[in-house]
Amino acid sequence: MATEQNSVSEKQKGTWERPSTFYNKYTKYALYVIIIGFFAWSFIGTGFDVERILQGYGELTPVIGIAWPPNFEDRFLSLYFQGIYESVGMAFLATIGGVLISIPFAFMGARNIAPRPLYYFARGIFVSTRSFHNLIVGIVFVTAVGTGAFAGILTFMFSTLGYWAKLMAEDIEDIAGNKLDSIRAVGASPLQILIYAVVPQVMPRAVGLTIYRWDSNIRGSIIIGIVGAGGIGLTLINSYRRYEYDVTLAILLIIIAIVLVGEVASAYIRGKVQ
Amino acid sequence: MLSINNLKKTYSTGDEALKGVSLEISGNEQVAIIGPSGAGKSTLVQCINRLTEPTEGDVYLGDRELTKLNKSELRKARRRIGMIFQEYNLIDRLTVMENTLSGRLGYVSTWDAFRRNFPEEDIKYAYETLDLVGMEEFADDRADELSGGQRQRVGIARALLQRPDILLADEPTSSLDPETSRIVMELLGDIAERENIPILINIHEVHLAEEHVDRIIGLTKGEVVFDGPVEELDEESKDVIYRGEQIPDDAADMAHSQATVGSDVTDDMTERTDA
Amino acid sequence: MSLKSRSEWQRFEGRQKWIRILSSLSVLAALFIFWETMDVRVSYFADAPVHLYDLFSRMYPPDMSVLPNLIGPTIETFHMSLLATGFAFIFSIPTAILAAENLSPNDVTYGLGKLIISTCRSVHDIIWALIFVLILGPGALAGILGMGMKSIGFIGKFFAEEIEEIDRNTTKAVRATGANSALIMIYGIVPQIKAAFVGLTVYRWDVNIRAATIVGLVGAGGIGVQLDQAMGFLYWGEVLTILIVIFVLVVISEVVSAYLREKTR
Repeated sequence: MATEQNSVSEKQKGTWERPSTFYNKYTKYALYVIIIGFFAWSFIGTGFDVERILQGYGELTPVIGIAWPPNFEDRFLSLYFQGIYESVGMAFLATIGGVLISIPFAFMGARNIAPRPLYYFARGIFVSTRSFHNLIVGIVFVTAVGTGAFAGILTFMFSTLGYWAKLMAEDIEDIAGNKLDSIRAVGASPLQILIYAVVPQVMPRAVGLTIYRWDSNIRGSIIIGIVGAGGIGLTLINSYRRYEYDVTLAILLIIIAIVLVGEVASAYIRGKVQ
Repeated sequence: MLSINNLKKTYSTGDEALKGVSLEISGNEQVAIIGPSGAGKSTLVQCINRLTEPTEGDVYLGDRELTKLNKSELRKARRRIGMIFQEYNLIDRLTVMENTLSGRLGYVSTWDAFRRNFPEEDIKYAYETLDLVGMEEFADDRADELSGGQRQRVGIARALLQRPDILLADEPTSSLDPETSRIVMELLGDIAERENIPILINIHEVHLAEEHVDRIIGLTKGEVVFDGPVEELDEESKDVIYRGEQIPDDAADMAHSQATVGSDVTDDMTERTDA
Repeated sequence: MSLKSRSEWQRFEGRQKWIRILSSLSVLAALFIFWETMDVRVSYFADAPVHLYDLFSRMYPPDMSVLPNLIGPTIETFHMSLLATGFAFIFSIPTAILAAENLSPNDVTYGLGKLIISTCRSVHDIIWALIFVLILGPGALAGILGMGMKSIGFIGKFFAEEIEEIDRNTTKAVRATGANSALIMIYGIVPQIKAAFVGLTVYRWDVNIRAATIVGLVGAGGIGVQLDQAMGFLYWGEVLTILIVIFVLVVISEVVSAYLREKTR
């Protein structure tokens, strides 16, 4: 936008200032000062006490001694495998279950289809799902239904609800515009419209989104065990609390390996699909 | 003023874009280079300020030889050469004024440029130049808010801010509609006359060249096949230049050759030219 | 392909049909297998709402008396998110330059850059935090470095993409004026990427606030430590208070980050 920052007289004087996004350049400098101030405050506030860090470091050598070498003994390997199996299973079941319960919510969250109160209710649910980190949701479920895979499944059903339903609702809002008119014009009933026009339109997106959520849920389910919700994360945190650091390290390495391999695999698949 | 001797350019692909081009431009001549796509026109122009590195040959600007200069000397030399591009090449997110002033980047210190501290006289000159090209009211607008013709005019202003000894224009009108093209060509001609500097325009549309310059150079397959005053450019010479290919003279031809004109410009993207 | 007779229209033809059938079958098979082999029953789902209600009635009303104790940890959470994001920003820039096809000096550096970014991105921030807790001991520093590493992966990837998309024509023009390398950077490259860089960093800060609230669960500082303690002592009222504080913190950061990102388009 052209601003009148440089008046005619200034042009004659030969002065010019760069227009700024902010109200004026003083606001900009003030903002910079505030931001730097925050950083400085944070730096001091967290107490970067070098001495304390070194002291902490010294306390750790015994930890490293226990942790290394990582424990890949046979009796633990089956435990690890069980943990991974449980994580994958949790993610799978949670994705399917999550998508199923999301379907009605997706319609509820579409402004042009749903009645107002339902719309706000659905949108409210979407917001709350996103506000809390998976781990926190996991804690709540673990406390409610006990430790184990079931809590994990509930956690990821909840989070799938927030993402899948929200994105699909937006998709539905997009198509439920004029495209529906042509089908309406032939005299179809609302349900027919839904099945014939809306569903096919959103199907590819729905499938893609489900796969994306599954991928996301797997990564999440690997660590959700940290709060007790089953999977290999639970094995991890248990070993940590029992000071069995060699097991902990082994699991950490396994987790890193799984995630890296998963990344490579999905990049490869994505490349092929394109 | 500008003297090119036996300039050759062979790309790493083996493509011989320039096979020994020699020409001289003096005083305040207005010269256009025409020729079919892939003839090497763009390569020639970009070799002058070494945005593309020539393989062999000399380029003299005044009494300074350009091809053997080291980095810092080259930068100093480039200041004296104003360049106008086909795609305008403005800095999109910056304002018209900043783009215009960027013509002085070869003259101000890095710190001053970073702080946007340009000398008073440059700022005054910037406003004057913007007025000259008709863009003064847009001084504080972002470059990406402008139309093609407007952007090109800012590009011209930027080149002028360098107070150059010569103006080079690399297909300045190819991305513009016919009416705007005419305006830009007229502007270029007026400016070259005002500043009393030579101008070398690489141009696609022959009729625009004929209407706005004094001298025509015809380039085909990397060689100069015509060099003379515009009056001497007749049907026969055009045939020689375009060698049976359709002479681009109307919109349909422009569109057709547009598709192939990219080739000699994108080649130098793969070259790691000096920064 | 011959013309098919009028009545033989189907929505999906031949090979596509088989792919659909096969994938649906395998999904159903997996569903069946997992359901049977894992500790899940339909009755669990029926009971879950009851358990949840029970839990919330234990949590409600929230114990507001602990609010003063939460101020320190909340501030620490904020500090951690800021420092982690700042740390990531600083280290992402060179890494992104390495991982950008157009600016990376050679293939080796390109591969290295991509490797660093992929590794950082793939590993969860809480796993990183756990690693640093093991190396450096519990405390905010572990959390900061942990979140920072993950953030380098996130920010670095997008920075690299932004760099790869810069318009070389603009830098060409800046070069033609005789500007030196620094100025080519400042005028040619930075204006093109600045808006995106700032926007991404602010977005990541918002995500890091969320992460900072929970890394305390593995001892890496922040309000998560209080949460872990309160749960350990079964102080449900306090747990709810902490959850409310976290919610408010997240909402505030979302508003702030949305505002800042709007301003720097």
